[in-house]
Amino acid sequence: MNTLLLEIAVVVLGIVLLLVEAYSNRANKNYLAYTGAAGLFGVLVLSFFPMHAPAAGSPSAAFITHDVLSVFFVRFTLIATIVTLLMIPGYRPVLERYLPAERAGGGVGEFAILPLFVCAGLMWMVSSIDFIMIFVSLELATITLYILATYLRQNAASLEAGTKFLILGALSTGFIVYGISWIFGTTGTTNLLALPAAIQRLPESALTPLLFGIAMVLVALSFKISAFPFQFWVPDVYQGAPTPVTSYLSVASKAAGFVVLIRLLVVLGTVPVISHKLHAVITLLAALTLIFGNFAAIPQTNMKRLLGYSSVAHAGYLLMAVASLGSKMAIPAIGFYLAGYLAMTMLAFVVLTVVSEVTGGDEISRFNGLGRRSPLLAGAMLLASASLAGIPFTAGFIGKLLIFEVAINQGHYGLVALGCVTVAAGFYYYFKVIRAMYWQQPAEETPIRVTFTVKLLIALLGAGILAFGIYPAPLLSALR
Amino acid sequence: MSLLLILTILLPLAASLLIMVGADPRRTALGAAVANLAAALVLFFAYDRIDGGWQFLSEWKILPKLGINMTLGADGLTLTMLLLATLVTVSALWVAPKVGKHEGLYYISLLFISAGVIGAFASLDVLFLYSFHELALIPTFLMIGIWGSGDRQAAAWKATIYLGLGSFVLLIGLIALYLSIPAGHRTLDLRELDQMAATGAFHPSAWIYLILLVGFGSLVSLFPFHSWAPPAYACAPAPAAMLHAGVLKKFGLYGLIRIALPIFPEAMHELNGLLLLLVVGNILYIGYVTVSQKRLDWTVGYSSVMHMGYIFLGLAALNLIGINGAALLMFAHGLSVAAAFALCGEIRSRTGTLDYAELGGLAKATPVLGLLFGFAAMASVGLPGFANFAGEILVFFGATAYGPAMIIPVIVGVWGVVISAIYMLRAYRNIFWGPIAQRWEGLADIGTGAKWSVILLLVPLMIAGFYPQLILKMVGTALPR
Repeated sequence: MNTLLLEIAVVVLGIVLLLVEAYSNRANKNYLAYTGAAGLFGVLVLSFFPMHAPAAGSPSAAFITHDVLSVFFVRFTLIATIVTLLMIPGYRPVLERYLPAERAGGGVGEFAILPLFVCAGLMWMVSSIDFIMIFVSLELATITLYILATYLRQNAASLEAGTKFLILGALSTGFIVYGISWIFGTTGTTNLLALPAAIQRLPESALTPLLFGIAMVLVALSFKISAFPFQFWVPDVYQGAPTPVTSYLSVASKAAGFVVLIRLLVVLGTVPVISHKLHAVITLLAALTLIFGNFAAIPQTNMKRLLGYSSVAHAGYLLMAVASLGSKMAIPAIGFYLAGYLAMTMLAFVVLTVVSEVTGGDEISRFNGLGRRSPLLAGAMLLASASLAGIPFTAGFIGKLLIFEVAINQGHYGLVALGCVTVAAGFYYYFKVIRAMYWQQPAEETPIRVTFTVKLLIALLGAGILAFGIYPAPLLSALR
Repeated sequence: MSLLLILTILLPLAASLLIMVGADPRRTALGAAVANLAAALVLFFAYDRIDGGWQFLSEWKILPKLGINMTLGADGLTLTMLLLATLVTVSALWVAPKVGKHEGLYYISLLFISAGVIGAFASLDVLFLYSFHELALIPTFLMIGIWGSGDRQAAAWKATIYLGLGSFVLLIGLIALYLSIPAGHRTLDLRELDQMAATGAFHPSAWIYLILLVGFGSLVSLFPFHSWAPPAYACAPAPAAMLHAGVLKKFGLYGLIRIALPIFPEAMHELNGLLLLLVVGNILYIGYVTVSQKRLDWTVGYSSVMHMGYIFLGLAALNLIGINGAALLMFAHGLSVAAAFALCGEIRSRTGTLDYAELGGLAKATPVLGLLFGFAAMASVGLPGFANFAGEILVFFGATAYGPAMIIPVIVGVWGVVISAIYMLRAYRNIFWGPIAQRWEGLADIGTGAKWSVILLLVPLMIAGFYPQLILKMVGTALPR
């Protein structure tokens, strides 16, 4: 089967659902989220059938590849999207509150369908081996995300988030196009695989413009993965965007950014003149991102902002591994870390969605006494926090173990020493949530009811955290 | 039999699950703990000392390509620590007072700490040794934060961040150790590590030993990485302090005996001066700090830090006598400090204060409590008849045998015994003797459950004190012959 079929199936699913939504009179739009999730699950199953890249002669062969990295992250994107779609029914009251209702349920339906297009964009992005394809798929995903981030159009925070995201996102798009044109201008190719050979042929004087172009692309990718100093949109956008979108943004879109970064660096790693310089830049980025993400997270009082800074912090750990791509365990470590990150971050967001709906806010203090109001939600959040902090027997721990292993292996002792300090800082801000849930008194004692879908998500994501943490071998071997 | 060893880890976890789904917390937890103690006793006496080595082995492949497997097994040292852990667990659960809020969470936390230490002691793979130990981090945070007394929040934060950082430094040291093995032979299995070190197949740098010393050291509250321990123990509820000070803290020493001694003999020898300096700090500096404490819980907290100095001194002796003494002292100190914290909790729950200035003459109202405290205090000082004495004597003998470099540390150590006699006797006098204040006259004596749970700790302490061979023979199987 041609691997392109998967993305096409996702797009077709999205279009069909859009049509169904347009012609259906059902006021309850939850079925769209469930159908979308079921459809994506079908695509996920499909992805386990034997696949191949587009045939060598075909036009798409120059754009799309099919390797372990793309297979892993296509599935990763699908799973992240399924989880996000399943979070949407629980989020419906918020949507209805902030959407002008020309007709019953108006506008709610599309919110569950648009993620499918982001999903298709990200799936293409993780399989692309050409700058043009990277750009196009990135835009498909990002433009859809602009809409989703600003979806609550009668909520000022959401509008602000969407606008910030739009402006900074457009800026980063500018950077990437500009960078690509410099790279194309000097080397005459946009294909990643053809790049090393093209660079070898270049005269030495052409290296500076080429490096400039690469630097511009790195800037744009740093926006995507929220690396310092291009992370300043993260807390605001995370806080204002609808919670399912925030969770999607912090997981799927970040992962796709890392895949592109890895592909680029692996290709350029074969060219010593350039890789040497890039190595120093990435190491610096990793160090700054670690410091900023972890220390700025400490004083946060809003859960979504906390998770935003935490997402910057985790980008720092991931960049540690990206700086160590010389080790053959680096890419499996990154993949594993991201998979664990998916489970723990999305679990935290699932709990947050329920808690903020019940208590009416996103502050950490809204979690006060959750241990008494809902042992299940508190337990799930405890597990997510433990994993985010890197406590053993969770996916977060094995992820950190692997990343520190490759970093020490590659001699990044400075980063490792820094990492120790930031991990300790992480204990503080993740444990703040645990403190709120168990030490503090609840504002009210009424138990919180949890719907079946939320229970299912908690069970699946929680099982993922523990399973990856106790028996990591299968997931790890999927990347080698 | 290997199944029994696995069960000792699984039982507390299974009991936690049962409590989560609604079983009676106290009964379920105590049931599991008593069953675990029985299992530990069976294993202790079923261990074949003639054969020695690791027994009751079982293994699961976790990351076979990286040479990481979950391997459980036990030798004499493991089983001694297992016995300590299960004894203290039963005692801690038994002595636990009636819990008002979150009763389930209270017992689940204690069970997790217990399962964590048992798993750590029973693991042959260094990564799991480490991982199991970390299981206790969140339960400790919750225990101190929810049910603690005094400035509990600050204490919980300090302990958690300190231990989190310390154990991450330790993890870095372990990864560095792992990477110093030539590629293709990499493993974290203690047996293979020992063998490779013995045959000279790999030479990890002394830096790694230093990192491990700092990592393990901060978990054991080695001077100057000790400052988390006294406030945490002073503020923690008695059962948590008993488990943490009595058992969990021994993990760092256990790790040094298991990893540093066989793999870094040369580095330990070269850097012994540094370790001795810290040991002197532990005994002398912390000793005097302990003397200046004005409350019983802080006195016991600091004294538990101070006594770690003796165990480190035994390790630093780098000979069989010293290490035997250190191991015996680990067992003895674990029991005696747990007894002291249990009694601390009993006094606090009656009087609401542990301040020496407010207490006095309690022995008139609570004679049995006073008697038991006397026993615990004497054990802690190292009176002959208690295992602490045997351990300390061996440590001093071992240290003296090391050579002239040990003269000062041994003198400091002996002086330390005097210091601990001063503060323990002073505590005993201030609380139980002298004129009794009127408001304490109606105090109820120690309850039956608490009484027996302390006796459960003191009896093995005296058995091992009169017949230390019982423990030493077991410990000896783990040490090079």
